[in-house]
Amino acid sequence: MIEVNGKQVEWRKDETVDGLLKRMGYSFPIVIVRVNDRVVPYTEFSRFVVPDKSKVNVVRLVSGG
Amino acid sequence: MVDLRKREEVRGKLRRVSVGIAGLGGLGSNAAVSLARAGVGKLVLVDFDKVEENNLDRQYYFRHQIGKFKVDALAENIRSIDPSVEVDGFNLRLERGFMEKPFNDVDVVVEALDDAEIKAAFIEEILSKLPGKPLVAASGVAGYGSSDNIKTLRLGNLFLCYDEHAPSSEESVLIAPRVALIANWEANLVLEIVLNGWLSD
Repeated sequence: MIEVNGKQVEWRKDETVDGLLKRMGYSFPIVIVRVNDRVVPYTEFSRFVVPDKSKVNVVRLVSGG
Repeated sequence: MVDLRKREEVRGKLRRVSVGIAGLGGLGSNAAVSLARAGVGKLVLVDFDKVEENNLDRQYYFRHQIGKFKVDALAENIRSIDPSVEVDGFNLRLERGFMEKPFNDVDVVVEALDDAEIKAAFIEEILSKLPGKPLVAASGVAGYGSSDNIKTLRLGNLFLCYDEHAPSSEESVLIAPRVALIANWEANLVLEIVLNGWLSD
């Protein structure tokens, strides 16, 4: 199992950040993704594999400042 | 009654603190002024833009400053409030790959950028290149009302002032009350980080 934004979610072997975002139905164009203690750069979403028992935070960013 | 001793103790601590602010629009200009009033010793201000008439509905500039570079106009406004605040202005556009450069030596970094993509790139770069440096960021500034939806989300050294339901500035409008509220939320987080010793966590 992994935890995504506080929810328990089944862990899938070899699933990347991109895959997890799709599975969770997160379609926000711009997000900050943190896996355990590390913020995963956007450029690594398609390669970074989420390990079992991870704690994942997905934060949606919108424009305005 | 104001406890003068307590006030001096707090201001004494803040006097030794430096804060870097990326972007001097609605978030950055209001946060900078608030931090200057609070007594922060040094502000490092970064923006490439000039003051425009349509900024005046929410940004901390005045009509006679239209056409001036924001770094210069804001430094001027801070000097008018408290000339003892040291202001270091960088009139430049933050370039990917070098975004952390102006902020190497500050105690706390404040993300006050406009575009969501640039926000994300900035957050990624600061967290990876300046590990251990507290970063205050914000998302969800647009619109009005719904103040109670704003939360602080802490992810390691990232303190995100956040409303997950807020529209983007493309979908809604940017108006003074909510912009100033979140700018001051960011400034208030800076004080909390510095004064409560969250730096050493």
